[in-house]
Amino acid sequence: MTIITATITTMEVTAMVEGFLLHAILAGCGIAMLAGPLGCVVVWRRMAYFGDTLSHAALMGVALGILAGIDATVGVVATGVAVALLLLALQGQKRLAADTLLGILSHAALSVGLIAISFLDTVRVDLMSYLFGDILAVSDRDLAWIYGGGVVILAALAAIWRPLIALTVHEDTAIAEGVASMRTRLTFMVLIAFTVALAMKLVGVLLITALLIIPAAAARGFARSPEAMAVGAVVAGLIAVGAGLAASVTWDTPSGPSIVAAAAALFALTLAVRGAFSRSTA
Amino acid sequence: MHDAPRAAQPLVALEDVCLVRDGTHILDRVSLDVRAGEIVTLVGQNGAGKSSLVKVALGLLKADAGTVARKPGLRVGYQPQKLTMDSALPLTVRRFLTLTHSAPAARINAVLTDVGMVEMSGADIHILSGGELQRVMLARAMLREPELLVLDEPTQNVDIAGAVDIYKVIVNLRDRTGCGVLLISHDLNVVMAQTNRVYCLNGHICCSGLPADVSRHPEFLRLFGPAAAGMLTIYPHTHDHVHGPGVHDHGHDHHHGHDHDHGGHRHG
Repeated sequence: MTIITATITTMEVTAMVEGFLLHAILAGCGIAMLAGPLGCVVVWRRMAYFGDTLSHAALMGVALGILAGIDATVGVVATGVAVALLLLALQGQKRLAADTLLGILSHAALSVGLIAISFLDTVRVDLMSYLFGDILAVSDRDLAWIYGGGVVILAALAAIWRPLIALTVHEDTAIAEGVASMRTRLTFMVLIAFTVALAMKLVGVLLITALLIIPAAAARGFARSPEAMAVGAVVAGLIAVGAGLAASVTWDTPSGPSIVAAAAALFALTLAVRGAFSRSTA
Repeated sequence: MHDAPRAAQPLVALEDVCLVRDGTHILDRVSLDVRAGEIVTLVGQNGAGKSSLVKVALGLLKADAGTVARKPGLRVGYQPQKLTMDSALPLTVRRFLTLTHSAPAARINAVLTDVGMVEMSGADIHILSGGELQRVMLARAMLREPELLVLDEPTQNVDIAGAVDIYKVIVNLRDRTGCGVLLISHDLNVVMAQTNRVYCLNGHICCSGLPADVSRHPEFLRLFGPAAAGMLTIYPHTHDHVHGPGVHDHGHDHHHGHDHDHGGHRHG
């Protein structure tokens, strides 16, 4: 009897593990497909620090969302958009450089977020899962957000892709040729804010930027067009998610850091491959 | 009547434009316009505000005072003074040309042939030399057959023979499409031969008019020296104007920078 009970329990556990692993894989692949093209633009526009700022502000968004009694994702998106607008307004003054402004916003948002969460003692908030992501936290609802929101984000990105690339290459010539600069840049900032909100559950607010820029950087050496690099970044992101989650399950390591470590390893590998390639063709 | 017959409506017109940065007037009550079919050249020393002026004309910088009027829906080609690109963004020459608007392959090839870069159409833009990039930027500016072509030192990093070719290409485009050209150049000797009007800028407009007239202007001589004036007069102006005694009919005060002229065209 005891043997049979134990067997059933193991099967149940296996089913449960497969259930959340499937959720994690689906979520990770969804985020990788989003992060690929968006991350390329972040790399091209040197917005890595901006991504960090939005991610840090996301924590504040979670706290504010809970305090206001609304969905945490909505809170994160609203906070991200507010921070992006605040940054645009602050950039109007020319005395302080953008990275200084971002540093102020980023760490102020992180601090306010941490303080706000410390006040939420009536609601249990797993701080570590927000900072570093939690594979167990991915629900059906999150998957619906990632894929539903992801389609909208990618469609919007496709709509602004051409003007966005033109502005990234050279802003003045693009504007002279009729590109609407402000509208395009603002749209892109909002898309980043949405992506941060969707990716937060999986890798945590501290590691979202890594998921944006590392796959894009890994793809650079193999691409001859912006679109090829975006596709390459998606592939690199999918590999990183697969390898990272496999490592996470095998060695019981935290999921977010495992995915990012896998992405970094992949980037190092691409550097080595490109290095060998350029030596052989030189 | 010094100028060739001019188009009625300017493509772009600046009137009493001021641009102030940190309390300094970079542009001080500058007025100029560019009409279809004419080449207008800005000359002036480094820091005279030439690049700022064309950026104001294009709407890239907002004037702190004065008015800027562009023809509605004006199709512009703009070659900036320099282009620094992040090598993280992979881009071929052909793609660079069509960043904002698609163009037929034949048109892309034609414009790259004009600037002598057609063999490089599939090349990675990041491997180009300064002079090659300059040519590609000009090709992009000309690609859509703009109504207004704005060129900020188009022959930088280009050797003298190449520069002559580039000016031929610009003049050919103007002759073929009737576009207006606003040009910043240091190549006084080459440019002046093809220019309809010259504006000499030093924060304010010191003098303006036909190249031969400007070259005799005391403000021009003070800024560029007699040698530069010589360069202008070596090359006869392409348009056969009658240079009567009343060439400086603007009636402005050369000693007072704020009371400058508004271009000979008002009287011409």
